[in-house]
Amino acid sequence: MTNEVVIKTDKLTKQYGDFVAANQITLEVYQGEIFGFLGANGAGKTTAMRMLCGLSTPSSGSATIGGFDIYKETEQIKKNIGYMSQKFSLYEDLTVMENIRFFGGIYGVPDKDLKERMRSLIETLGLKSEADKLVGSLPLGWKQKLAFSVAIFHEPKIVFLDEPTGGVDPVTRRQFWDLIYDASDKGITIFVTTHYMDEAEYCNRVTMMVDGYIKALDTPYKLKQQFSADSMDDVFYELARNAKRREDQL
Amino acid sequence: MKQFITFVRKEFYHVFRDQKTLLLLFGMPVAQIILFGFALTNEIKNSKVLICDHARDAATQNILQRFEASPSFNIEKNILNHKGIEQEFKKGKIRLAVIFPANFQNDLNHFNKAQVQLIADASDPNTATTLTNYASSILMDYQKELQEGQAQFMSIKTDVRMIYNPELKGTTNFVPGVIALVLLLVCVLMTSISIVKEKETGTMELLLVSPFNPILVVLSKAVPYFFLSLINLTVILILSTTLMDMPIKGSIFLLYFASSLLILTALSLGLLISNSTDSQQAAMLISLMGMLIPTMMLTGFMFPLENMPLALQYISNLVPSKWYYTITKSVMIKGMGIEAIWKELLVLTVMTLVLLTISIKKFKIRLA
Repeated sequence: MTNEVVIKTDKLTKQYGDFVAANQITLEVYQGEIFGFLGANGAGKTTAMRMLCGLSTPSSGSATIGGFDIYKETEQIKKNIGYMSQKFSLYEDLTVMENIRFFGGIYGVPDKDLKERMRSLIETLGLKSEADKLVGSLPLGWKQKLAFSVAIFHEPKIVFLDEPTGGVDPVTRRQFWDLIYDASDKGITIFVTTHYMDEAEYCNRVTMMVDGYIKALDTPYKLKQQFSADSMDDVFYELARNAKRREDQL
Repeated sequence: MKQFITFVRKEFYHVFRDQKTLLLLFGMPVAQIILFGFALTNEIKNSKVLICDHARDAATQNILQRFEASPSFNIEKNILNHKGIEQEFKKGKIRLAVIFPANFQNDLNHFNKAQVQLIADASDPNTATTLTNYASSILMDYQKELQEGQAQFMSIKTDVRMIYNPELKGTTNFVPGVIALVLLLVCVLMTSISIVKEKETGTMELLLVSPFNPILVVLSKAVPYFFLSLINLTVILILSTTLMDMPIKGSIFLLYFASSLLILTALSLGLLISNSTDSQQAAMLISLMGMLIPTMMLTGFMFPLENMPLALQYISNLVPSKWYYTITKSVMIKGMGIEAIWKELLVLTVMTLVLLTISIKKFKIRLA
């Protein structure tokens, strides 16, 4: 982790009619940091993340991703980020190798690197015997690990993970976080949303979103001190219990 | 370009892994050709025929017996006035009327020639032609028998009238219709489903986050179906020329060119549909309702357009297959060249360009 700012937002807002999904989001994320983005369902996490990835245009405010402007330099941003969505989204009717080759291909990973990187990735994931199996036949935990590896396959500066561990068992989740740490060690910035408060403890810093606003932003340790709570669970409860918004209002 | 090829290869994987759909895509045209070719245009049995015998002599009795003996005909009744005949036709009860003038035998014996009028309900052109052919051949048989041992030449002249659809359009040309139908179905349905599928499974998000040009996402989806359609076209053409004796009188190159154009029109339409919906079901429903039914009804190969109300005839101009149908008939059956079909080609080109422009404009590069 360095002091170089890779994500910088200033009053970033997304409004759908009268409904303000994300309100004046202002934050800075440093290179190599694991940045946790927490909040109840409907708090505006996914909306905020989508703006940062270029999937959705902000209503107002400004932001730079990897030094590139979110409005004008989306093409540049796209080359420098990886993304893993809430839904598992690799091609289930393609094999493990074909998926990796495909995503490597559309990100323009050069052919000569492609083979070597694929080989080492398969080895790291321990998927050697599954390399030619259809992704649809893998267990969910492996799929998620594969999806993450694919998201960082082109060696982006920043990777956005939208609830990456939903529905995954604790052991696999642990392994998943090992992958995240590895990526962070390589200097990749991790921007991750999650519901699991134990995962929040793994982050370098976390924000708490409530009703579209950022209510807290600090290291897990300091947040616990600030709210004199024993765990992130308590911090979350303290902040989120007054939330008016629920998922069904979205 | 390399990215584009990567993408197209992925699309081919999708297509070939989905073997059930693949089977359907290739099975459907074969089944349709066979169905239309054999089952639907096969010989006609027990058609109701009305006899109007003004002569009532030995000759007409003899001919009537032959009609009765034929398995194709079922003699209904004997009505003498024209109004009665017309009413029977209008009720749709009879397919054919055979009218003998008074003095039939007399004319035959003394002037060596006599007339028979055949009136057929040509709103179903296939049946009408077949029935008049059957009837004519019965009359010919009779004439031939009379001729034996006679020095003088005797002739029975048949006067055939096709009512309701005198031009008999759409008679034997179901093949162009089937080609249009299959091409549209494959292209519109399959492309729209394949794009919407990416939206449903969430992979579209990954693609939109990637630096890959979104327009190319759309275009590379169309590539496999373009090739599949050409293969389909070839299968249909081989089947119809070998099994159905369908002629290809004009240039085969021109035929493929026109077909490629229709495929492009259909692909653009499929893209438009997929850009407007978010679920596979909706895409499928719109494709089927929006394409299949108008294509069947308003192309002219099942129901002659000339018989339709003017409003429907205007609407039919919006159906791409209608233009394609004219092209294929001109090229395959009449053997005409590009000078005869340039107008239709132009219409299809304009349709393609308009559809493609709208669908690229509508394509959401950002999700919201």
